[in-house]
Amino acid sequence: MELTIKVNGERWDIEAAPADVLLDVLREKIGVKSPKIGCERGDCGSCTILLDGKTVRSCLVLAVEVDGQEITTIEGIGFDKLSELQNLLLRNNAFQCGFCAPGIVLSATELLNDNPNPSRHDVQEALAGNLCRCTGYEPIIEAVLAARGDAE
Amino acid sequence: MTTTYPFEAGAPQKEFQSVGTGAIRVDGLDKISGAAQFVDDIDFGPGLLHAAIVESPHAYARILSIDTSKAEEAPGVVRVVTGKDFPYKFGMYMEDRYIFAQDNVRFVGEQVAGVIARSHRAAVQAAKLIEVEYEVLKPLFDPKEAVAEGADLIHPDLADYTHVPWFFPKANTNIAHWRKIRKGDTEKAFAEADFVLEDTYRVPRYAHCAIEPHVTVSRLDHANRLTIWAASQSPHTQRHLFAEALAPLGFTHKDVRVITPYVGGGFGGKAGVSMEILGAAMATLVKGHPVKLRWTREQEFYNTYQRQGVVAELKIGVMNDGTITAVEHKLYWDAGAYVEYGANVVNAAGLSATGPYRVPNITNDSICIYTNLPPGGPYRGFGYSEFHFGLESHMDRIAEAIGMDAVEFRKKNAIVEGDELSYGAHMNPSGLIEAIDKVAAAIDWGVEEKSDNPNTVMGKGVACFWKAPAMPPNASSASFLKFNEDGSINIAVSGMELGQGYLTVMAQIASEILTVPVDKIRVETPDTDRNPYEWQTVASHVTWSSGLAVENAAIEARAKIFEVIHQAYGYEDDSLYLEDETVHCTTDPEFAKPLREFVIDGIQTDDGTWRGGPIVASGKFMPEFTNSNSDPETGQGGHPNVHYTVGTCGVVLEIDKDTGRVWVRKAALAVDAGRAINPDLVKGQIVGGLVQGLATVLYEDMRFDENGKMLNPNFTDYKIPTAFDIPDEIIPIIVEVPQPDGPFGARGVGEHTMIAAAPVIANAVYNALGTRIKSMPVTQEKIAMSLGRLLEEE
Repeated sequence: MELTIKVNGERWDIEAAPADVLLDVLREKIGVKSPKIGCERGDCGSCTILLDGKTVRSCLVLAVEVDGQEITTIEGIGFDKLSELQNLLLRNNAFQCGFCAPGIVLSATELLNDNPNPSRHDVQEALAGNLCRCTGYEPIIEAVLAARGDAE
Repeated sequence: MTTTYPFEAGAPQKEFQSVGTGAIRVDGLDKISGAAQFVDDIDFGPGLLHAAIVESPHAYARILSIDTSKAEEAPGVVRVVTGKDFPYKFGMYMEDRYIFAQDNVRFVGEQVAGVIARSHRAAVQAAKLIEVEYEVLKPLFDPKEAVAEGADLIHPDLADYTHVPWFFPKANTNIAHWRKIRKGDTEKAFAEADFVLEDTYRVPRYAHCAIEPHVTVSRLDHANRLTIWAASQSPHTQRHLFAEALAPLGFTHKDVRVITPYVGGGFGGKAGVSMEILGAAMATLVKGHPVKLRWTREQEFYNTYQRQGVVAELKIGVMNDGTITAVEHKLYWDAGAYVEYGANVVNAAGLSATGPYRVPNITNDSICIYTNLPPGGPYRGFGYSEFHFGLESHMDRIAEAIGMDAVEFRKKNAIVEGDELSYGAHMNPSGLIEAIDKVAAAIDWGVEEKSDNPNTVMGKGVACFWKAPAMPPNASSASFLKFNEDGSINIAVSGMELGQGYLTVMAQIASEILTVPVDKIRVETPDTDRNPYEWQTVASHVTWSSGLAVENAAIEARAKIFEVIHQAYGYEDDSLYLEDETVHCTTDPEFAKPLREFVIDGIQTDDGTWRGGPIVASGKFMPEFTNSNSDPETGQGGHPNVHYTVGTCGVVLEIDKDTGRVWVRKAALAVDAGRAINPDLVKGQIVGGLVQGLATVLYEDMRFDENGKMLNPNFTDYKIPTAFDIPDEIIPIIVEVPQPDGPFGARGVGEHTMIAAAPVIANAVYNALGTRIKSMPVTQEKIAMSLGRLLEEE
């Protein structure tokens, strides 16, 4: 099938088979590598992207489902300059191995877009679908809370 | 924050500019922008092939036949591989594994055959067409059964295996290694003790659960160069083991190159060699093609290393005043089907199974037992998390029995500098008592917490920990350092950035000595062709060991800088010093020469000629004071460990009396970092390691069926913490009693932060409910069931 999608503002016309998973299409056909392969069953959140502004697990979405839609990955969030959230995460040394970082930044970005003043509980809830094995989440939560009210 | 560096005898005390600061990670921008490249993110072009593995469905079986004919004809298949293609052994400390199974399989999931195909899907489909006929044998899963008289042998040829000299396998048994410590007269001490407590604790297996699965791409090029890109903690060790295992094919070390970009979490699981050797071997059969092998999440659980299970039989004797007089610790390790790395976990635990206490009479037996479960191996904590569960539970129970406060009891016996260790050497400077005091204060030890909720109760607990790096006595590190035209620096090292912040710490050490700011220093992940040797990034040793190699390179670079100034201007070397990227002179206050003006192009002298040239330097470090020559029957005489890092953990928790649910309300963890080169990163290790440790006791629960098949190899059923499952408050406490031989006094902290988590929860649960749980994990289910039993007994 032929589909047209926008990825980080760029238009792509691509061929995809009915069984092609969006995560694989993004990584192999479009060359956007920040959504990661962690579990391939929606548990870990490493493949999180924004689809028309809402987080989805791209390992659970078929490419043909997203024809005409707009995808944002972490490269799109910080394209011209890092977002305030990214800056706060950077300054707080919030990530360690960094494998979960793209997904977590997108989940936190969605939260701050929807609710500019989330509580600690709101932040924990928004991040609960993104597994991180290194940090114990605390420095990430701190940075997201520090970004309150500053989100675009 | 500024501190001083007191270790240069006679040198003026100097304020630190870089060491001791929370510098922003040098890999931070890569990771926050999406630029960070992991192995699976590298493009290899249209020639890339994909591999899939056929695995044993049996825990113990003889391979009767393998029929690959259908797979060979399947669409997209390039090559099918079996054990016949690679009859070669390998192993880190003991060569007990083959690349692919030969005659026998010894755990569910062991690699029997492989398929190389043009697409991942084609490889997976074709692998299903390989037919393997087995004769099923009776498996052994329980280490006590495997070690019993007359047990079937899992490795009948054990006596012929090559191994390091400090392992003592027992021929015609399932015992791959037996570490003994015999010190003093334990029997007499127990007879004379006022109180003796003896009990058994059980710790099951655990999985690392790095979020990035193992992945490797290997390519044999047309010049017979074998390059392996790997998600690995051990590039040089991998090169060494690949070159040794594949030597029959004609490879030498210079023909093998390992490139390791960022790693998405290691925790020991990516140390040594596991699945990477499959990819390396398979690539030799399809010259010119890169071959990618990526583990699924399921394979990640059952065919990498697992943390070994242990049955710990512990006996401790004390006097009425609280003095520990004797410890007898028997550790029966479920080490799995292959122990090439795991046997050294057993060894490390055996050396240190007294915990961080002064004990005059010791009998330790740490026994590495083959079972038909997945291979055991390194996991953050390296055996110490396992034996501390029983040990620190025991400490609380003894304190209660003799009517002593649990904190006072620990302080009374806490090991201090100069105390004799189990193997006869002496304890390094350390701040255990300070750590205990600070944790006790942080959780208001001695103050009873009351819950406002009638359905919940509060509990408090403490536990101490220690750990030494477990390494060969000559494990070493090296570094290269070069200046660039603008006075910036590139450092090449081969430690791995696993997330702990290694690259940043190396930059801070060089920055401190050369006065070049961290943001002008680039340190990148290694390539064994370009970067100098590092043994492995394990054992929490790279801040110390690789840090010393970088310190030595920076000192050499500084000497070369001063030599150029001396040649050009005649100032004596010992009158020169660096400040703000500029050379100054104590005898000529007017003199100031910025590094960027000469570190590449040199300095022109009055006659028009030039002095100097590019400043490059190297450094190395090897602990030359260690040896592994201890007596096999007593463990005495050697100096196997370089030093210990100590600390203490305390928690306040709340438990629902009906459901057994636990909330950790407050946790404090103090670790003696010697010198925190980057306190922000040390805190990162404290918080992250503590949460990983809490997960092993509160959530993670690995299950196998009666045939040895892991039942929950996924994140739905094997639960690791989400952002909801963390303590309400974590108080990281850094103690700094300098390590005299460490870079700026630093010693490692990475693994230590998870070691005390399990016993501290068990102790706090007992404090809350009066229920002593002696087998991990301490899950909600187990607490609820124990409450039920209590009610029935009432």
